Amino acid sequence: MPDTAERIRAALERELVPAQLSVEDEGARHAGHPGARAGGHFRVRVVSERFRGLTRVARHRMVYAAVGPLLGHGVHALAIEALTEEEEMTL
Amino acid sequence: MDVTDRIKAQLSSSPVVLFMKGTPDFPQCGFSAQAVAALRACGAQFKSVDIFEDPELREALKRYSNWPTYPQLYVNGELVGGCDIALEMFRNGELKKLLAEAGAVAA
Repeated sequence: MPDTAERIRAALERELVPAQLSVEDEGARHAGHPGARAGGHFRVRVVSERFRGLTRVARHRMVYAAVGPLLGHGVHALAIEALTEEEEMTL
Repeated sequence: MDVTDRIKAQLSSSPVVLFMKGTPDFPQCGFSAQAVAALRACGAQFKSVDIFEDPELREALKRYSNWPTYPQLYVNGELVGGCDIALEMFRNGELKKLLAEAGAVAA
């Protein structure tokens, strides 16, 4: 069975066809935090043309929707960075 | 009052409302703490709602806003975003501008 980070990666690749994608397990950083026991803390950085013209809220909703069933089941917290390729190049 | 009315009442009680885990002085989650810090750094007046105090609202607000996590920051009843968006907007100055336009920052 793939680990949670790999499942997040697979879901985002399938739904958002990212040009760049990183999924980082931040669990270790939150050791001792009460929520850390309930599941992992992950940070995703998604660069996708699907985000073009969309607000931050709309982009984050797309990421949450893609990760969907994993939220609350292996994923306690998801930090999101959602960029278009153009924005990524001008950072 | 049913839960949707409670959500609407909270959202209309202040121009800036933060639904968070814990309270501003005793946040129960690092992300909620960071959202509070961003609002305070802007000098904003805001109302906070501890979602642990109302489990029914905690679940209902996720559906109402189509946003599955906390904290959730609202300005004039509109979802601005969670911790990541609040921090990004804090860093680039958009948050303070938005809060000032909402009348939440003393001149």
